[in-house]
Amino acid sequence: MTQLVIIGIYLLLLLALGLFSSRLFRGTSQDYMLASHSIGPFLLLMSLFGTTMTGFALVGSTGESFKEGIGVYGMLASSSGIVHSLCFFLFGVNLWKIGVKNGYTTQIQFFRERLESNGIGLLLFPVLVTLVITYLLIGVLASGLTVNGVTRGSFPELFADYNGGVPPWLASLVICCVVLTYVFFGGMRGTTWANTMQTLIFMVLGVVTFFVISNKLGGLSAATQAVLEHHPEKLTQGHLPKLKFLTYLLIPLSVGMFPHVFQHWLTAKSANSFKLPIVAHPIFIMIVWLPCVLVGTWATSAHLNGVLMFPPDFHANAVLPVMVGKLSSPLLGGFLTAGILAAIMSSLDSQFLCLGTMFTEDIAVPIIGKDRLSEKQIVMMARGFIIAVVAVTYGLSLFDPRRVFTLGIWCFSGFTALVPLVAGALYWKRLTKAGGYACVIVAIGSWLYFFQDSGFASNPKYSVLGMLPVAAMLACSTAAMLVVSLITTPPSDKTLAKFFPES
Amino acid sequence: MSKLVWCLLAGLVVLHQIDWGWNAETLVAGFLPITLFYHACISVAAGVTWFLAVQFAWPDDNISGTETAEGQGTSA
Repeated sequence: MTQLVIIGIYLLLLLALGLFSSRLFRGTSQDYMLASHSIGPFLLLMSLFGTTMTGFALVGSTGESFKEGIGVYGMLASSSGIVHSLCFFLFGVNLWKIGVKNGYTTQIQFFRERLESNGIGLLLFPVLVTLVITYLLIGVLASGLTVNGVTRGSFPELFADYNGGVPPWLASLVICCVVLTYVFFGGMRGTTWANTMQTLIFMVLGVVTFFVISNKLGGLSAATQAVLEHHPEKLTQGHLPKLKFLTYLLIPLSVGMFPHVFQHWLTAKSANSFKLPIVAHPIFIMIVWLPCVLVGTWATSAHLNGVLMFPPDFHANAVLPVMVGKLSSPLLGGFLTAGILAAIMSSLDSQFLCLGTMFTEDIAVPIIGKDRLSEKQIVMMARGFIIAVVAVTYGLSLFDPRRVFTLGIWCFSGFTALVPLVAGALYWKRLTKAGGYACVIVAIGSWLYFFQDSGFASNPKYSVLGMLPVAAMLACSTAAMLVVSLITTPPSDKTLAKFFPES
Repeated sequence: MSKLVWCLLAGLVVLHQIDWGWNAETLVAGFLPITLFYHACISVAAGVTWFLAVQFAWPDDNISGTETAEGQGTSA
């Protein structure tokens, strides 16, 4: 019960922050969606980091290291440190310059003008929404499982069917409502502030969680020694084939096509605001991932009162919350849970906001006409679409949950398959409208094919020619873009002059 | 200098891919598996390399967003 009270207070604080930031709202859609390009280096670092670290980073990484061992860190954390910053450097800074100069709010507006095609928006919109919904699903699932895990046994009679904990469906619903509320009132400014606060909270509490859990397991050395005794294979790089490990390097490229990250890029005050996020991002990833991966590995051999805490077939998604629930006091458990939820919510808010922005800017406004809509109506439409998407995502979360980590890999793979489009649009003058269409169609087509072939993410070991399917998707979408662009008419001189002015 | 920074990044990617085949018994500070320690070092090295990148390979045409975007949003 104590945990729930602390979580409740934390959620109320978030709502207060959203309401407070709404007082600074300037009444324009630019301010609601991009905070009027006023975000400096520190807030940009916090919002970008908070947005990219989701339930996948905490709940997913802990669960995956429980199943596969410490190799998870090399698969995604150290590689993300290199590749995420590369995306910020190569794509983020340039897209910010072009976006600010031309008044873009979404990725699709950029691609429309670069590819000289309004239709690309109609094609990209459902693709991006589908992939973002998959991403949202990770957060919604993780939030429900976290609250359920830490409250297990608190309500033995009321929620007997859920191990005596708050049902995941109820917890997910509450979290969705809280995030919706502060996104609605605060817009991008509220989201950035909430992200900053939540990022600080989950980083500090993440480190606290690590030491509390290690202390309960007899100290850092004892916890690792137990793994050495029972599951030494979890402490090595593992049996992951080299080719598969190599292709994990492609997963973090997905950041280059996240629509919510694009929107955060555009909030920057100046190009120099990107410097701090680029440098600090790899270190921040380490601060979050290293403890999670170790805790997940310790869970394989952790004993409580002489009994093994987690049998090998224990559900990976529940490892972190159950550890927090069982190995900390109710008071501390409440704070630590708030930290986990902070990480999850700091991604959900940006994704909610970007979906609303995309709907109004890329679909509603171009179809209805900007002159026929007031700023207030645009903001209202954004909010309406967000509610619809959250309802769909929440509905999907009620079905049989997959491993958060596996679901994340599939979601990121789809975005990675689209990265040739942004790379080509920024750096390849020969990219044509038809080439852009080919890239998107092949990317989503191959993603859908492999996704269903893997049993809709039910097989975590699924591979294509010994590699992650993302490699095949990326190769196909790149080839389609190159070949089709080279055999079709190049972009007009006017477009080239607009997007490549230096030449 | 810019080329050197990109070479450093490429080197980092190569180092990231090397599996030194360390065994499970080798622990740093008594609790950190050496493979995990190695990859944590890669994370730190990435931070250092990106620091060099923003110092020596940064595009020099910085502009301010608030100046450029001024007047784009219309009042409700």
